[in-house]
Amino acid sequence: MTEVCFNGVIVGTVKNAEEFSNNLKKLRRNNQLTNKLNVHYDKKADSLQVLTEAGRARRPLIIVENGKSKLNDELIEKLKSRALKWNDLVKLGVIEYLDAEEEEDSYIALNEKDLNEKHTHLEIINAGILGSQAGLAPFSNHNSTGRVMLAAKMITQGLGIYTTNFNLRIDSDVSIMHYPQKPVVDTMIYKNVKYDSHPIGQNVVIAIMTNEGYNMDDAIVLNKDSVGLGLFRSTFFKPYICEELRYSGEKDEITRLPDPDKGVSRLRGMEEDYAKLEDDGIIYPEAKIHPNSVLVGKVSPPRFLMGTEEFRMEMREKNDSSIACEREDGKVDSVILTETEDGNKFVNIRIRQARIPEIGDKFATRHGQKGVIGMLVPKKDMPFTSTGVYPDIIFSPHSIPSRMTVGQLIEIIGGKVGALGGRNVDGTIFSSESEKDLRTQLHELGFRENGSETLYDGKTGRMLNVRIFIGNVYYMRLKYMVSNKYHMRTRGPVQLLTRQPTEGRSKDGGLRLGEMEKDVLVAHGAALLLKERFDSDKEIMPVCSKCGMISYINYYRNKGVCSICGEDAPVTFIEMSYAFKLLLDELKSLCIYPKLNIKYKD
Amino acid sequence: MKIEESEKLLPKSVFDEMKAKIKEYKISSDKTISKITEETIKAYEKSLICPAESIGIISAQSIGEPGTQMTLNTKHFAGVSEMNVTQGLPRIIEIFGARKQSSTPSMKIYIKAPHNNNEKFIRQFSANILETLLKDLSKEINVDLINFRVEIVLDLNEMRNMNVSMEKILKQISLSKIKAEIKEEGDKIYFVSKNNEVNDLFKLKVQASEIFISGIKNITQVLPQKKISEFVILTAGSNLKKILIIPEVDIQRTITNDIFEISNVLGIEAARTAIIEEGMNVFNEQGLSIDVRHLMLMADVMTHDGIVKGIGRYGVSGQKSSVLARASFEVALKHLFSAAVHNEVDELKGVVENIMINQPIPVGTGAYKLKLKEVKKK
Ligand SMILES: [Zn+2]
Repeated sequence: MTEVCFNGVIVGTVKNAEEFSNNLKKLRRNNQLTNKLNVHYDKKADSLQVLTEAGRARRPLIIVENGKSKLNDELIEKLKSRALKWNDLVKLGVIEYLDAEEEEDSYIALNEKDLNEKHTHLEIINAGILGSQAGLAPFSNHNSTGRVMLAAKMITQGLGIYTTNFNLRIDSDVSIMHYPQKPVVDTMIYKNVKYDSHPIGQNVVIAIMTNEGYNMDDAIVLNKDSVGLGLFRSTFFKPYICEELRYSGEKDEITRLPDPDKGVSRLRGMEEDYAKLEDDGIIYPEAKIHPNSVLVGKVSPPRFLMGTEEFRMEMREKNDSSIACEREDGKVDSVILTETEDGNKFVNIRIRQARIPEIGDKFATRHGQKGVIGMLVPKKDMPFTSTGVYPDIIFSPHSIPSRMTVGQLIEIIGGKVGALGGRNVDGTIFSSESEKDLRTQLHELGFRENGSETLYDGKTGRMLNVRIFIGNVYYMRLKYMVSNKYHMRTRGPVQLLTRQPTEGRSKDGGLRLGEMEKDVLVAHGAALLLKERFDSDKEIMPVCSKCGMISYINYYRNKGVCSICGEDAPVTFIEMSYAFKLLLDELKSLCIYPKLNIKYKD
Repeated sequence: MKIEESEKLLPKSVFDEMKAKIKEYKISSDKTISKITEETIKAYEKSLICPAESIGIISAQSIGEPGTQMTLNTKHFAGVSEMNVTQGLPRIIEIFGARKQSSTPSMKIYIKAPHNNNEKFIRQFSANILETLLKDLSKEINVDLINFRVEIVLDLNEMRNMNVSMEKILKQISLSKIKAEIKEEGDKIYFVSKNNEVNDLFKLKVQASEIFISGIKNITQVLPQKKISEFVILTAGSNLKKILIIPEVDIQRTITNDIFEISNVLGIEAARTAIIEEGMNVFNEQGLSIDVRHLMLMADVMTHDGIVKGIGRYGVSGQKSSVLARASFEVALKHLFSAAVHNEVDELKGVVENIMINQPIPVGTGAYKLKLKEVKKK
């Protein structure tokens, strides 16, 4: 007896599971059951899964019966004459959707000519096995699986035009590429998902060679003059919001210039940070901003008031709670004034930064070959071909053998053929233009058929002794840019509780010297270096040497006071970390008396 | 320097090796020997650890780094045999954690000279030491609910193989103190229950099948293996004490991998050596090499007070003298409360404590202090 589960819940048992599942499938194909139903018979667990839930990824396949595709010539003719539509094929039981579970029970042929009696389904197009995402990359059938998946992931990170109404939208941390190009080498899937309307990269000239080590370990060398001409330039948008909050009584926040003369106690920044604010306390569009520029001036009532203070006018001091931008330059792109659901005034400011490729920005091809810029080299120092072509990117040859991205090499040749011949090259997997054809065409165009050329050193003008593989490839600029990531700190904010530096870039935090790094210093016996590295919360504490507790100093009378031993206590000063003082306090809260026995150093 | 003078300056093993090498290369010139002695002393002194060197952390790092490369494969089949031996990281945890129950105890038994090439003897010997229970010698074990008895049908072939007679079985049953009346009938043995409860009858069945008949306890599997010039018997399960008593066994080479057993039978020094050997074996079998001195340090720490202690909460780390160091390791509250109850004083002499209070740690450069005596100008 086989358990039958419907959407994961056991509903009963059947004797012949195989026959039962076949019947269900038959009913589904005859439209007697919904076509959203999928069946899977798990022989090992001896359970039959019937699934109709939402959220399963399903894909269409042509049904095969007795080794013959149900999509016969007659139907194809009808399709061509538009007498039939896709949904008709589903209704006719020619095409059905399988989910991941039912796929386990199926035997799917890639090509119609491979069909035999055992097959249950046929791919509609053989390139469809990659799906719409990985199918965007050309010649993927020449690459290793891992790289194809990496490429599919990176295609989603490429900068382009993510939506055509980006000007009207407020999205956080998005970029728009200035001149995205259609790839010279594209795929059938690429055309069909209409990626051409919003491409994600640019066609560049790539030379595969080393360049003084600046492209080691997956780095790339970029031609500085190409960048100067606008290669891979993009704009970064970032929104800031400001809401006028209302509190009880007359204690509302007001957006206005925080003016020290009008009772604002303390400005949160320097005076010049407020220079770009207009009369309403809001910055104007196209204003140039600097790190820590104030975007919206806002004053708030003081947060903590005691009893009667609340009603005294002179205590109605205003706090400065202005919104300032982070440590970045840029321009104000747009200022939107609106109201929230609660009727509060709401300011939405979008800033814009031109992002010119710089050292550390991330780039990738459509073959999972990602890398950061290692150096921007002026055109005059770049190698060039005999026809005077300078590469835009110099790519390290060491990135190729271990990754086995042969597809990229074929794309370079294909790109070269396409660029020289003024046409698009088809790189759809299994049905692409053959490498051999591309090579002969390249030869006919007057180049060496293997894509290599003689290059000349830009610095000396001497011919390089080896021929360099050079061609055109489609490169993407990925959304990870150093200017969003770089971080340094000398001194800065500390946490309230432990007085140790804050954590994280956004809070201007310190870089943690962790447990294992500490062990290294101990292993080296660098005792004083270790002490120095860990004294970020160093504190000199007055300690009563009688009772061994933290005490304090009455500076007015210049005497030590201990809360246990009273005034005139024998107070000495001891250097310790504030975290340790905190530990002593916590021990006290556990009713443990942590007495410090003080000995004088001899 | 004369070679005899260096005897006090060098450890015995180094001195002996140097002497042997001098003999081996037939060096007779006094000048050369003197030079060799001096160089040996120099090399030996160079290899000594400096005072205040943090050997603990260096050992931890030196063992830990190859440890990250260790495969996590628990089981490994040693050739054709079906013997499982825990290896890799789980075995390391077993050794250094001083787990009382090793997951795969195993012995390597060597036989003394005249018998160690006698295949017939080895087979007989293996059969004799293999732990045999009553169920191993029986074809069927039945519960007879009508007569309230357990019926065991003996396997006569197996008995012949294991060299067990009927008398021996009956004798062992009587020794086992089983609470039942025993009847013998041909190749059948009946255990008649004394009270008429069904539950007891099933308990009796289990007890009867587990009756020890012959062999040595805990030795659940034996596997004689032909090494280059002799036979070695590998076993699953270990019982060093009983095996070493057997006169044919070569007690010098026979070994078990159960460190606690070695500690109990052969003493703490043997246990220390066993920890080093077993630890080294694990790393070597994974193709990793570490300096034996790191493991020697570990073994010393684990055994220095006479019993095998593990590294960890219940062993070395849990018995540190410093309250703060213990509290920072695991279960802070428990240690802090017990320290408060016992009025413990932390001398702040360890590394962890001094990092906590932000003082120089007493290793390396921090181990030394400058003592200045102020001299007043006259
Ligand atoms: Zn006091």
